[in-house]
Amino acid sequence: MGNVPSAVKHCLSYQQLLREHLWIGDSVAGALDPAQETSQLSGLPEYVKIVEVGPRDGLQNEKVIVPTDIKIEFINQLSQTGLSVIEVTSFVSSRWVPQMADHSEVMKGIHQYPGVRYPVLTPNLQGFHRAVAAGATEISVFGAASESFSKKNINCSIEESMQKFEEVVKSARHMNIPVRGYVSCALGCPYEGTITPQKVTEVSKRLYGMGCYEISLGDTIGVGTPGSMKRMLESVMKEIPPSALAVHCHDTYGQALANILTALQMGINVVDSAVSGLGGCPYAKGASGNVATEDLIYMLNGLGLNTGVNLYKVMEAGDFICKAVNKTTNSKVAQASFST
Amino acid sequence: MPSLLSGSILEETSQLSGLPEYVKIVEVGPRDGLQNEKVIVPTDIKIEFINQLSQTGLSVIEVTSFVSSRWVPQMADHSEVMKGIHQYPGVRYPVLTPNLQGFHRAVAAGATEISVFGAASESFSKKNINCSIEESMQKFEEVVKSARHMNIPVRGYVSCALGCPYEGTITPQKVTEVSKRLYGMGCYEISLGDTIGVGTPGSMKRMLESVMKEIPPSALAVHCHDTYGQALANILTALQMGINVVDSAVSGLGGCPYAKGASGNVATEDLIYMLNGLGLNTGVNLYKVMEAGDFICKAVNKTTNSKVAQASFST
Repeated sequence: MGNVPSAVKHCLSYQQLLREHLWIGDSVAGALDPAQETSQLSGLPEYVKIVEVGPRDGLQNEKVIVPTDIKIEFINQLSQTGLSVIEVTSFVSSRWVPQMADHSEVMKGIHQYPGVRYPVLTPNLQGFHRAVAAGATEISVFGAASESFSKKNINCSIEESMQKFEEVVKSARHMNIPVRGYVSCALGCPYEGTITPQKVTEVSKRLYGMGCYEISLGDTIGVGTPGSMKRMLESVMKEIPPSALAVHCHDTYGQALANILTALQMGINVVDSAVSGLGGCPYAKGASGNVATEDLIYMLNGLGLNTGVNLYKVMEAGDFICKAVNKTTNSKVAQASFST
Repeated sequence: MPSLLSGSILEETSQLSGLPEYVKIVEVGPRDGLQNEKVIVPTDIKIEFINQLSQTGLSVIEVTSFVSSRWVPQMADHSEVMKGIHQYPGVRYPVLTPNLQGFHRAVAAGATEISVFGAASESFSKKNINCSIEESMQKFEEVVKSARHMNIPVRGYVSCALGCPYEGTITPQKVTEVSKRLYGMGCYEISLGDTIGVGTPGSMKRMLESVMKEIPPSALAVHCHDTYGQALANILTALQMGINVVDSAVSGLGGCPYAKGASGNVATEDLIYMLNGLGLNTGVNLYKVMEAGDFICKAVNKTTNSKVAQASFST
C-alpha cells in the first residue's frame, strides 16, 4: 500500500462490506450475477455441508473447563445458525478428557432443533450405550492412520481399535443409528511424520466397510498442503466415493483453507470446522488447531457455494464461547469484523 | 517436526494441474509490512533486517518507499536505508516512488528498480494519494518515462483489486483498465493487490480472467492480504491460473489500517510452506526466513502473524 492517511472513519465498516457487497448471496453491482456462473471454479460442488465440531473437538482442546450450562447455551446458539450437523460431546472417560466429563448432561440438556443432527463421539461400546441412554441418535468413532498415534491416543493398535469399532458399529446399525468414521493423521503424524496415502486408504476402507456412512479424513496436526491433500484423496477416492468423504483440516500451519479448496475441487462436499477456530494443538503449544467456521463460510460464500449457514449468527456464537473460555477468537473474519 | 517442514520429495505425476514450476516471491515486509506497523523501527534495525532477508534465497526484496515522511513516518529514513543495505548479487531491491521527486531521490540513494502504486478505486486513489486515478496515471507516466530512460525497470501495483474499503465491490473491468494503463506505459509487471483481504477464490478467479485477457500471466503478480484468512486459498487459485509471482511479508508484518487489530499481509513463511508442499521451486530457505521473522518481530515488539512460525517455535 502507498500512503495511509487517517481516513479510517470514512471507510465502510467491515460489517457493511460483508453485508452489502462481499457476502455472496446478497450480490451488489452485478459482481455476482448468474451469468457469471460460467466462471465458477471448475468442478466445485453446489452445496457444502459443514460439520461443526466446536463443542467437541474445539472445547476438548481448550484448557478452561467450560460449565455445562454454557456448553448447552453454546450449542443451542449454534443450532440457530443454519448449521445442519453439530458434534455435541464425547462419551469418553472423564479421566482422559475432563472437558467432556459432563457428556450426558450436555446431551440431555441441549434443545434438539428439527433439521439439525447432533452426533457424539463414542470410543467403545460402553460409551455408546451411555450416549444412547442420554438421547444420542448419531455417533462417531475415531480411528487413526498411524500406529503410534493410535497407541498413544487411544491406547491400542489400529487393528485393536477397528475391532472395538466393529462392535460399536454393529450395535449402532442394529438400532438404526448412523455412524461416522474419523481417520486422524491423514496427512501426517506427530510421532511418525509422513503417513502414506495407502495407509489412510486402508483404514478408511475398513471403517467404511464396517458400515460408517461417512469418513472424515483429518489433518490432525495441520501439516498438510494442497499437494499432500490431493495425493491422499486420489488414493482414498479409488476405494470410497467422494460423497462418503469429508475433510477435517487443522490450521496449525495456515494451510487449512487452501487444503479445503483442493478437496472441494476434487469433489468432496463435506467439511468439518470449529467456530472461532476453537481448540489449540496439543502437539505444538500455542499453535492453532481447528479451521475457523467463520473463515470457511466466508470462503464458501465467496465461491458462490450454498451452505445454508448464517455467517453473522455463527460469529455471535463464536463471540459467546470465546468470552466463556477467555480467549480471543482464532477466526480472521471475526477479528476483522469486530474490530472497527 | 523438521522433516515435515522441509517438504518431502513429491511425485510429479500428481502435481496439481496447471501449476507453474517456479514461483518468484516478492518480499514486501520491509516496505508494506513495516509501513503498517505502529512501532517506528530504527534505521540500523531495518538495514539488518533487509540484510538477513538477502541471505534467505529471496530474489526480490522491496526495501522502502520514497514518500514524504509527513505521510508515512516509518519510511522517513528511506535514503539511509537504501544506502545502508548490502546489495547481494542476484537479489533485486525495488523501492516505491509515488512521483518524480521520489524517483530522483531513490536513484540518488542507489535504487536500480522502482514501483508505482495505482488503485482500481477512485475513492481509494483520492484518499490514499490525494488524486484521481487519471491524475495518478499521469504522474506515473512521468516517472516511468524517466525510469525507462535510465533503464530502470518499473513495477506497477493496482490496489483494491478485489474490493475497496470505501466503495465496496470493484469490477474486474476496472482492475483491467488500470492494469492495462500501467502495463501500456511500460511497467514490466503488474501486482494485483487485495488491499483489504476481502477476496475469495471466486472473486480472484473472475478478476484474473478479466485482466488476463489484456495482460499475459507472465507479467502479473498477486498481492494478497490475509485479513479474512483467505490469502493462501486466493494465491492457490492464482497459481492454478498461471500466475507465478506472489507478494508476501515475512511474519505477516503490517496490520490493516481499515480494520484495527486485523491482520494484513500474508506471511512469507506460510506461503513458502504451501509452495514447498506443492513441490514448487522458490529458491527460498524457510528456516532462514523464520529467523529473519523472529528478528523483526522482536524489533517491533509483536508476536508473529505466521502460523508456521507459531507452530515451529512453540514445541
